[in-house]
Amino acid sequence: MNVIYVDNNATTQVAPEVLEEMLPYFNEYYGNPSSMHTFGGMVERKIVEARERLAGLLGASPDEIIFTSCGTESDSTAIRAAILSNPKKKHILTSRVEHPAVKNLFEYLSKNGYRATFVPVDRKGRLDLDYLYNHLSEDTAIVSLMWANNESGVIFPIEEVGSVLKEKGIVFHTDAVQAVGKIPIDLKNVDVDMLSLSGHKLHGPKGVGALYVRKGTKYSPFLIGGHQEKGRRGGTENVASIIGLGKASELAAEDLMEKNLRVKKLRDKLETELLSRVPNAMINGDIENRLPNTTSIAFEFVEGESILLLMDEFGICASSGSACTSGSLEPSHVLRAMGVPFTAAHGSIRFSLSTYNTEEEIDVIIEKLPPIIERLRELSPFWKKAQ
Amino acid sequence: MWEYTKTVKDHFLNPRNVGVIDDADGVGEVGSLACGDALTLYFKLDDNKKIKDVKFQTFGCASAIASSSALTEMIKGLSLEDAEKITNEDIAEFLGGLPKQKMHCSVMGRDALEKAIANYRGEAEKKVEGNIVCECFGVTDLEIERAVKENALSSIEDVTNYVKAGGGCESCHDKIQEIIDATLGREVKAKKKPGRLTNIQKIRLIEETLEREIKPALKKDGGNIDLVDVDGDHVLVKLQGTCATCSASQITLKHYVESKLRELVAPELLVEEVQS
Repeated sequence: MNVIYVDNNATTQVAPEVLEEMLPYFNEYYGNPSSMHTFGGMVERKIVEARERLAGLLGASPDEIIFTSCGTESDSTAIRAAILSNPKKKHILTSRVEHPAVKNLFEYLSKNGYRATFVPVDRKGRLDLDYLYNHLSEDTAIVSLMWANNESGVIFPIEEVGSVLKEKGIVFHTDAVQAVGKIPIDLKNVDVDMLSLSGHKLHGPKGVGALYVRKGTKYSPFLIGGHQEKGRRGGTENVASIIGLGKASELAAEDLMEKNLRVKKLRDKLETELLSRVPNAMINGDIENRLPNTTSIAFEFVEGESILLLMDEFGICASSGSACTSGSLEPSHVLRAMGVPFTAAHGSIRFSLSTYNTEEEIDVIIEKLPPIIERLRELSPFWKKAQ
Repeated sequence: MWEYTKTVKDHFLNPRNVGVIDDADGVGEVGSLACGDALTLYFKLDDNKKIKDVKFQTFGCASAIASSSALTEMIKGLSLEDAEKITNEDIAEFLGGLPKQKMHCSVMGRDALEKAIANYRGEAEKKVEGNIVCECFGVTDLEIERAVKENALSSIEDVTNYVKAGGGCESCHDKIQEIIDATLGREVKAKKKPGRLTNIQKIRLIEETLEREIKPALKKDGGNIDLVDVDGDHVLVKLQGTCATCSASQITLKHYVESKLRELVAPELLVEEVQS
C-alpha cells in the first residue's frame, strides 16, 4: 500500500543522505571515538563535524552542544541541572501544554519538594504572559517552555520571554524538539540558556538528541560516567546516529526558509480545502504564530480514532488528540488546556507535513477525508440533531 | 496502534443495522459527546414479542461502533427475556475480544440494551441511583460496584477500563478503591458466612482452604501440608517436604497458614503442628 505520511511531528523519514552518511559507521569505521589509535580518531573527527553542523543550524558554538539519546533525556538533563545547581530555589515554572517529557517531570518534582507553576494558554493556545511574569520570583530555579507545540503547532514567544528572564537572572530552558528545522533559530540573538532537540524530528535517526547549554550556564550532568561530551554526558557515543543528526542538521539549514515555505503552501492548501469541504470543522490554535507544517483540525460530532482508522484504509497516516487513540479517556491535555470544547476535541486530527510530501498526496487526502467524516457523521446520533 | 480482531475491524468498517427506527418499540440512549462515546439503540418487536428489527447510531471509536453493531446482530430474533441476558462479556466475546482499555465500549452496549428494554416496558427511566463518584464521567458508586461484581474487577485501572470511572482527573481514585475493597470484601463474607459453622462444615471448609489456597503456595517452595485433626478451634497439621525441615516453618504456620484459615474459615482458629 502507498503510504501518505502526514505525521511528521511524531517522527520523520530518515533522509537518504543521512542514512548514507551513517552506514559506514556501523561495521566499517566502528572505532571508539575515545581511543588513541587513528582508527578511533577518525570517528572522533566525524563527531566533531556533526557537532559543528548542529551548532551551525542553531547559531551556537560547537562546545555548547551535548549529544544525548533523545529529546526527553535533553529535557530531563536541563531541568535537573538547573535545580541541582540552584539548590536553594524551590520554584519551577512551565506551561500547561508541554510535552510529557517536561510535563511529567514537573509533576514529579512538584511531589518531591518543588512548587510548580503551570502557565495557562488561551483558546488559541497562546501563552498567558502576564500570568507567567506574575508568578516569577526570587525562588524560581528554572522556566521551561516549549518553543513550538507538537499538537497545535503554536509557537511561543521565546525571544520575548528570554529577554525578560535574562534580566531577572532566571535560567531559561526551551524544548525546541518541534521547532528545530521548521523555523529559523539563531541562539546568538535569543536569550535561552538551554535548548533540547531530537534527531528523528528533523529527518535524522531515532535514539539521538542534543542539549544546547549556553556558555556560562551552571550545569550538572545527568548521566555521570566517562569523560565523553567533556564529562557532561557519560556513555560511549551513539556514533552513527550522532553523525546522522549532524548531516540532518546540515540539510535542515540549507534553504530552510524556502523548503518550509513550500511545506506551508501544502499545509495551507490541505487546511483550506478541508475546511471548505467539511462543515462543522475548525482549526485548533493560533494561525498567526504556528509551525509551517502543522494543522490541527477539529471535526465536530465524530471521534478521532475512527477517523484515523478509516484514513488508514487509504494509507494516510495522521494522529489525533482524541482520548481513544491513547488509551486514556480524556482528550489531550493540550486541547483541554486550550479549552477546545469536548464536542470538537474528540474529533481533532493533526496533520504534520514534511518536505517529502507532494501536492498529489495532499490532493488524495482532500479527496478521501470528507467522505470519511460524512460517513462517521451518518453513524453518529448527534449529527442530525445538530443540523 | 490498537490490536483489534478481524471481527472488530469488520464490524467497524461494515457496521450492521445502522440507522433509526421511527416507530420503535424501545429506545435506549447512553453516553454523551463529552464522554467521547454515545450510543442510541432502537428495536421493534414482532407479533411473538421477538426482536424483529434493530438499529443503532454510535459516536465513538472503532470498538464502540463495532460493539454496537455486534450487539444488534446478537439480539435480532431474540425475545426480550433472552436479550436481556446478554452481558458485556458476551459482546466482547462475539467480537473475538476487545483490548482491555476498550471494555467500556461493550459495557455501553449492554447499558443501551437495558435502557431500551426498560423504555419498552414503560419502566420509568432507571433513576440514577447512588452517588456520583467520578465527576469527570458521571459514574455512580452503584455502577462501579456492579462492574466490579460482574467482571471480577480488582484494580482501579480495571474499573476505568470498564466504566471509565477514574479516567479523568483521578481525584476519585481513593473512593473507587474503597468501593472495590468493600465490594470484594462483602462478596467474600457473603460466601463464607453461613452463620455459625457446624463442626462438619468447619472441617470441610478447612480442608477446602488447605487444598485450594495453602497447598499450592507451599508446593511452589517444595513443601506441603496435611490435615491431621480438628479439635474445637485447634487445627492439627503435619508439615511435609521442605517445610518439615525448614527453620522458618513456625513462621509459615503462624503467619501464613493460620492467618489464611482465620481469614477464610473462622477467626478463632489456632494452628498447631503435630510431630510424626
